[in-house]
This record gives sequence, C-alpha cells and structure tokens, in this order.
Amino acid sequence: MITLDHAYVLVGLMILAFAVLTALDRSHPTRVRNTLFWGLVAVSMLFGAKLGGLGNGVLVLALVAIGATGKMGVAKPATTGPEERVERAERRGNALFLPALIIPVVAVGGTLAAKYTDAGKWLIGPTQTTLIALGLGCLIAFFAAVAWLRPPVSAPAQEGRRLMDSIGWAALLPQMLASLGAVFLASDVGGVVGQAVTSVIPLTTPLLAVIAYCVGMALFTIVMGNAFAAFPVMTAAIGLPLVVHQFGGDPAIVCAIGMLAGFCGTLLTPMAANFNVVPANLLDLPDRNAAFNGVIRAQAPTAAVMLLVNIVLMYALAFRF
Amino acid sequence: MVAALVTGVLAAVVAGADAAGLWRAGVDTLALFGKAFNDNRYFHITWLVLPVIGLLEREGLQERARMLIGKVRAATAGRLLLVYLVLRQATSALGLTSLGGHPQMVRPLVAPMAEGAAEKDQGEISDETRFRIRGMAAATDNIGLFFGEDIFIAIGSIVLIVGFLEQAGIKVEALHVSLWAIPTAIAAFIVHGVRLWFFDRTLRSAAVKGGEA
Repeated sequence: MITLDHAYVLVGLMILAFAVLTALDRSHPTRVRNTLFWGLVAVSMLFGAKLGGLGNGVLVLALVAIGATGKMGVAKPATTGPEERVERAERRGNALFLPALIIPVVAVGGTLAAKYTDAGKWLIGPTQTTLIALGLGCLIAFFAAVAWLRPPVSAPAQEGRRLMDSIGWAALLPQMLASLGAVFLASDVGGVVGQAVTSVIPLTTPLLAVIAYCVGMALFTIVMGNAFAAFPVMTAAIGLPLVVHQFGGDPAIVCAIGMLAGFCGTLLTPMAANFNVVPANLLDLPDRNAAFNGVIRAQAPTAAVMLLVNIVLMYALAFRF
Repeated sequence: MVAALVTGVLAAVVAGADAAGLWRAGVDTLALFGKAFNDNRYFHITWLVLPVIGLLEREGLQERARMLIGKVRAATAGRLLLVYLVLRQATSALGLTSLGGHPQMVRPLVAPMAEGAAEKDQGEISDETRFRIRGMAAATDNIGLFFGEDIFIAIGSIVLIVGFLEQAGIKVEALHVSLWAIPTAIAAFIVHGVRLWFFDRTLRSAAVKGGEA
C-alpha cells in the first residue's frame, strides 16, 4: 500500500536533488543559503519522523535563521528560449496538454477508487488520500513526459529547481502557520481572545453578534492566514455563546456561514501563502513581495462584498430555520 | 515561529514561572512546534508537480495554451475566466478540489490562455495588463475553490465544523452544514462573475488610459 511516508521520501529525494544541483551551480546568486535551505527541507522530509519534536523544532529555527539572513535568489539553469518554445509548441501540438492533464485525472480517479473500490483501498493509504493520489499522478505524468519528450537527463530536476526557487520561502509558510495554530490551541489563545472581544464591545442584539462573529472570523483569519485556525477561536468566543445560545441561532447555519466569512479573510492576507503568495511568485508578478500583491488586489473587491453578503445571509437565515 | 515561542513563554509568565520555568516553557513550545511542523509535512507533496510542469514549459506548454485560445473567435480574458470559475466551483462542490490549483492549472494553462485571449481581443497588451490578467486568473481559482468546496460534505472545513460542534455537545449532520454553504456559493458566483463579465471592459479602458498618458 502506498502511504504518506512513501510520498515524503519521494518529495525528500526531489528536494535533495534541487539542493545538490544548487550546490553545483556556480552562477546561483545565493548558492550557499539556498543549498542549506533546501537541504534542511529535504532532511525534514526524509528523516522528520526520526528527529522528534525538539529536533524538528531546532530544524525549523535553522530554517528561519537562513530565511532571516537575507533574500533567497532564484536559479537560472539553462533552459529553452522564447522563440525555441514557440517553435516546439507548434511542433508538439495540443498533445503537450496530455501529461499535464494526467495529474488531475489520476488524482481524482485515485481518490475515488480508494474510497469506493477494494483494489483502490489496497493500493492507496487511508490518510490524505487525495494528496497521495496527486503524488501518484505526478509520477505517472512525469514518466509519460520523459518517455515522450526525451529531455536531457538533468532537465527535470533543473526545471523543477527553477520553479521551486521562484516559490522560495513561501513554500514553508503554510506548514509554519498550521504549526503555529497547534501552539495557539495548546495555549488556549482562543479563550483569551474571546474574553477580550466580549469585554470591549457590548453585543446586545442578534445583528451585532452576527457582525462581530463574521468580521471577527475574517480579521482573525487575516492574522492567522487560515480560517481553520480562526474557526475554533471565534466560534468558542462569539459564535456559540452569543449567536447560538443567547440569541437562538441555528448552529449548522451559523458555523457554515461563519467559516465562509473566514474564507473572505483568507482572500485578503499574504499570511495565506499557498493561496496568495505562491501564485504571485509562480506567475512572476512584479509586486509579489508586497503585502497587498496583485493576486490579493484582484480578490479584494469580491472578498469585501462576500463578507457583507455572509453577514446578511447569516442574519436572515440563522434565526429563521 | 517567533509568535509561537512568545505565546508559549507568555503562557508560562501568566502562570507565574521563574527563569528556569520560562526556559523550560520555551523548549517545550519549540518541541510542540517541531512536532506540529513534522505532522504538517504533507503540504509539500503538491511540489511533485514542479518537474513535470517545468519539463512541459521547456517544450512550450504556455505558448501552446496561448495559441489554442488565440484560435477561438469568441474568447476574451473575462469570458475565459468566467468559464473557469464555473468549472472550478462546480468541480469543487463535487469534492474534486485537485482539478484546479496554482502550480498545476493556473500557471501552465489558465493564465497563459487568458493572456492569449486578451491578445486575440486587443492585439499587443502592456505588461501592466498582463500582470492584471495573471492576478485575476489566480484570484478566480481561489474564489471558485473557497466558495465551491464547502458544498461537498467530506471537505476539511465541514469535518472541522461537525467535530467542533460535537465537542460542544451539539449534533449536526455534515449534509445539513454543507447545505447552508449553497446560498453563499451562489452569491459568490454572481459577485465574481459580474466582475469577470466587466473585466474585458476594465482592461480595454485601462489600455486606452495607459496609451494617452
């Protein structure tokens, strides 16, 4: 059975290859720093389970230290030029899309197979099924692409390293924030925040409570970068005690719309790195390092209107059904 | 990271610990953080797409995406992204969240296609227009995902809600929760859809203004 551990080894080996190629790349602007950074990430992927809590903590400290010493450069390995690419695109035709399409097809097919067929259950592990299937899809697409395109041996790792460098530090942020959420939960930050909010604003009507809960979800998500981290905090603080228990709102409606109000916050914050910073890096936006980058600017009007809509919907629906 | 350590140490300060106790609180927090960091390694599995996408880009994947859309007469950036919004929201609502995404769909396909459509529509486009289109392509993927996925009953956020309420002594069905995500999903489609509908006009008038300046 293929489990998360196999996927970790595969990712670890890939990132290790990136680190080794960076070490050999004399033209890399921040060669030592990037080698150390990706080397440590590879160690975490390959041996993380053996390091223990404190060992991993020290590893993260080292990663933070490397990131804090200065900007991380982007590798420029030899690749094809613009004219060459147009020429090749004409020659290869629309078949170029096929390997890229293998990935989602296998990811979805694998997930469904693992849920509904015995052979799928036997093949793919039960935790994080979609991610394992996605990894499998990448592997199949990779071999298909190599067999068809016959690139130079080092090309896949070099091209992958080019893209990984353009994502840079942001690649680690989601993992860091999820870990921060775990620390917050263990230290009961939620209880403290809840008391602070209710002591400052007198939430005396259902509408005020709904506004405080929805806006609180959005704001706390902006700070945490993750609506999942904000949800237990704000719902324990305002959603359950006030909107549900005091004013009689339906818990399913309050929670469903409250979570979606949090998603409006996700659209507005660079802390939600995998949604807002990674794409800005991937798409080479010129303002990718700004807090309010082009992706967030494009989302902001929709997010603001949707926060308002969620408040209206919760107020209109929660006390009626 | 700093925030995590501060939180851990502050918790000890509130509890009234001495210097040795504070050190221990810091170390404990670091270990707690490290364990959570290790448990959350699965975020990195997505990066396995990078070598494949890099290889295909080397062979002209983005250029091909632009050519393909350039041939479609009715294609404009706004209309193309509107179609992608429909597909992204619908497939997410069915639980097929990995059909989209930035490394595997937006960078190699959706953004180049939208750029190609704008070039088809307006001829040469400025860098500013190009980056605006890319930003909007990424935004459309996010919005389609966020306001589609909660309709699916087995998605993480629904599981979190049901689990949280159960701990608080309230029993709700996952299906009942996901049902109430539908009004917001429809509203999100209308709001972002209208913005995309006018997106071509916005781009054109921005191009005119840019030309005069």
